[in-house]
This record gives sequence, C-alpha cells and structure tokens, in this order.
Amino acid sequence: MFLDCSAPKTLEGLAWASCYLTSGKHIDFYWAFVVVLALLACTAPMALMFGYGGATAARSHSLPVRMFGKCYIAMVRGIPDIIFFLFFVIALDQAIEWTKHQIVCPDWTEPVRQGLEFKVCPAAKVPQAGTAPVVHQIYGFGLAVVTFSIVFGAFVANVLYGAMNAVPRAQLETAEAYGMTHRQVHRRILVPQMWTYALPGLSNLWLILIKATPLLFLLGVRDIVYFARELGGSKTQAYEYPHPDWRLWYFLGLMAFYLLMTWGSEKVLRRLSARLSKGQATAAGEALRKAGAVA
Amino acid sequence: MSCWDTVQAYAFRSLGYGEKLLPKTDFTICQQFTLIGSGLIWNVYFGLIALCTGFFLANALALAKASRNPWLRKPAEAFIFVFRGSPLFIQFFLAYQILILLPRAGINLFGLTIATSWLTKAWAGALIVLFLNTAAYSAEIFYGALRTIPKGDLEAADAYGMTGWKRFRRIEWPTMMRLGWPAYTNEAIFLFHATTLVFFSAFPAFQQRGDALYYANYFADKTFNPFVPYPIVAFYFILLTLVITGIMGLINARLNRHLPGNQRKRIRLRPQLVR
Repeated sequence: MFLDCSAPKTLEGLAWASCYLTSGKHIDFYWAFVVVLALLACTAPMALMFGYGGATAARSHSLPVRMFGKCYIAMVRGIPDIIFFLFFVIALDQAIEWTKHQIVCPDWTEPVRQGLEFKVCPAAKVPQAGTAPVVHQIYGFGLAVVTFSIVFGAFVANVLYGAMNAVPRAQLETAEAYGMTHRQVHRRILVPQMWTYALPGLSNLWLILIKATPLLFLLGVRDIVYFARELGGSKTQAYEYPHPDWRLWYFLGLMAFYLLMTWGSEKVLRRLSARLSKGQATAAGEALRKAGAVA
Repeated sequence: MSCWDTVQAYAFRSLGYGEKLLPKTDFTICQQFTLIGSGLIWNVYFGLIALCTGFFLANALALAKASRNPWLRKPAEAFIFVFRGSPLFIQFFLAYQILILLPRAGINLFGLTIATSWLTKAWAGALIVLFLNTAAYSAEIFYGALRTIPKGDLEAADAYGMTGWKRFRRIEWPTMMRLGWPAYTNEAIFLFHATTLVFFSAFPAFQQRGDALYYANYFADKTFNPFVPYPIVAFYFILLTLVITGIMGLINARLNRHLPGNQRKRIRLRPQLVR
C-alpha cells in the first residue's frame, strides 16, 4: 500500500507520521546508518591489517623496521585521536593531489603552496572538477576509512604486539626444535594462538570503534549526526512538514542506536571469546575444560 | 610584531582577554603556539574539574553497583551502561538539546528565580556531560577494583571485628583505590583527550574563545596547512599527558607506600582513545 504524500499539510496523525518518516531526506538519513555500518565493515579488517603489519614490524629483526613499528604503536599514545582524524583527512587529501600533480603536470612551474593556498594544476584535482557529487562523497568516505584505519591500526598493533608476546615461549621453542623455520613458527604457531590473548583488547577496540563513528561528521561525511541535525532543526511553514525543534528526539534515536550496537556486540564478543578459549592454556580455557569434564 | 607582543596579545585570548580579533593573515609560528596554548587552558579546566568532581560520584556509583540491594544496583548499572555504551560526541549533542529546552527566563521555584541560561554555555553544559561521563567510566574501574580486593584482607577485617563503615574506610576503600589507580590514571589521560571534543560538538565557542583544538582547526582551515597547527596541539597534549602521569604516579606511590619496592605496580599507559 502506498500513501498519498503529495499534500502532507492536509494529513494528520499516523498518515502524517508515515509520510514524514518516508520523505526523501529521511531515506537519506536511513542510508546514513548504512554508511556507518559500511564504515565499520571496511575499517575493521583494514585496521586489523595495519595493526598486524605494525605488530609484525615491531617484532622484526631489522632495526629500522622495528623502529618504524614501535613509532607507529607509540604514535597514538598521549595525543588525542581526534587530532589525528582532523590531520590525516587534510594531509592525505593533499598528499594524493600533490603526488598526482607531480605525475600529471611535470612542467607546472608555480609552487604548490602559495601563501595561504594549496594549488595543484587543474588536471590533478581529486576528484576532478565537475564530477558527480556521489563521487565526491565516495572519495570523502574513502579518506575517512583510511584515516580511521591508520589510527585504529596503531591501537590494534599495540594489542597484537602484546598478544604475540603473551604466547608461551615454550610453544615457539618446541616448534623450533621440530625444525620449523622462523616463518613457519610465525604462521603455524604464533598467529593461531595469539587470538585468544588478543581478543579482550580487540573487543574493547571494536566497542571504541563503534563509538568513534560519529566523528565521521567532523570529517565532512554526511553521516547520521549530520542528518539528525538537519532533519531535527525546526521547520517553518515554508517546508512541507513544518515542525518545532525535534533535534532532541533525533539524538535520542541515535543514542538508542549506539546503545543497541554496543549491547549486541558485547553479546557476540562474549560468545566468540568462549569459542576461542577452547583448548587454550589459559584460565578461561581451563575453566571450559573442567566444565566439559564434569558434563 | 615581535613574539613577546604576540604572547601578550593572545596568551589569554581563550578567556576573552587581550586582542579581540584573531590573526587573519601572515600567520607566524609564534601566533600558533600562543593561541593554541591559550586554548589549552580550557582543556585543563574541563579535565581537572570533571575529574575532581567525577571522582566522588564514581565512588558512590561503584559502591551502588556492588550493592546487593537492587534499588541501588540497577540504576547504577543503567547509568554506567548508558554513559559507557554511547559516544561522548552524541552525549554532548543530546545534553545541549536538553539544556536549551529549559525555559530561557529561568525556573520559578517558591518565588525564587533560578537562572538557566548559563547551562547552555560550554563552560557549564559541557562540564556536566564530562563529569557524568568520567564518573561512569571511573565507576566501572572502581567497581572492578572492588571485586578484586583479596579475600584475605576482608577475612582479616572480620577477624578484627571491623564491620560496616569502619571496615569500608580502613580496608576496602584504600585497597580499592590502590588496585584501581593504574586504570584510573589512563581514564584521567583520556578524559583530558576527550575535552577536545567540546567545541566540535554542539556547544558554540562564544566570541571565538575555544580550546586548543579549536584554534588549531582555525589555523588549519585558514592556511590549508595541517602540518603546523596539529603537531603543535599534539606537542601540548604530550606535555599534558606527561604532567598527568607524573601527578598520578606520585599519588600511586603514596597509595602503595606500605608495600616493599619490588611489589609495587607501575602505571602502564593503555590506549583507549575515543569514548
């Protein structure tokens, strides 16, 4: 069934509400939730990858690589993350445009930084001038994902570095005694076992990542905070759906969304932790074993 | 304009003293250092007051959560869940919306008019949010510490015939502080980091009196050059973090003064960025 929403000012009650909640802007608002979930889905694996790289680098045998890994891990301590968010979005954007500028217009003579302006040749603009707004949004979203991944990657690296050190040394020595190479030990013994030690830290980070998603708003992505402010603001009679300032209700909705996400994640993570503790030489694993023996 | 002139003009700009207009062109490193440092006053103000007041509420909440009485436990659990489970950013927005709903003229109570307009200002409104937020996070830390008090300590207290308030004051509370302190230090650091969100959420910066990140963002927007102002804020925050770690470390040493040196726990920094 489709409601006739052509003249919303004549509607009342439930019909008005259902028309109001399916207006074009509201559909965009619902899509913004998908954007948040997409950000989580893209960032989590990427941050895990960066973190894994950082942790492996910090354990490397070569000094420069090790220094790089340690610096990456230490980077985010002591400095508010939001500074990184604001910094990386501009820095990455300028780095991309500058690199493209060097490739596309090699005979451009003017300096890129002129006083207060950052000017690259028109061909090097990313995205190109005149592209559809969708492309701009996707580009902004991509920058946000990379920024989030870099910052969270450092936290993941910290957790994984600790977890790799927590795997009992005897296990690695046994593997070495069997004649495994360094790489084999890493791949077959260290990595499969580190997860149980890493999980508490990682689940904490996941919850923090969920709570960091509203910062997308600061990175210029049209996310749920943006739409909540837009839609909630008071609308005069000039609008199709005039209403007073409803931002409070929109933000309450967002709050409920986040509480639900945290609550759900906590449940899933608790199950996962039980699953990963199976057969491990930890207190949790021991408790599972005992419970199994009794049953 | 020499650097000293700049310092004189802008050192207390964030509080509304000195030069009215922010620099518009020809930005110098000195200006950026001075203004961002001036903004840091707000970060210290928010962090310090929220931490000092939040500490007491956190203690009360931790005890309530550990209580056997459901009328105390359930509200404390709900409070902690709501404030720890939702982003601080949203909490700021929500609080601002609630605070501006208060009648502008003030609330009339028994013939007395209570002014409410000051609550929508950042110095009060954002402080309330930070206070509640840090109370929730710290309460969870103290609750965890309360549950890990060694059983032997409590049995010893029983053996001495200590009960109720006396037992709490002499045995439980000091041990709880001692066990929870390293985690609480981290909470303090990240509370100070969280204060940078204040002027990026709903609270407006009245007459461009903002915090360190507000000014850094101002410079980055004007110069399109993030490579100067943001490292300056980062530098200030590293200094601030070192100061906090130092002070909290002193308190930690005091709390553990009865223990032999090799048994004392050192405070380790654990990252826990956004709330």
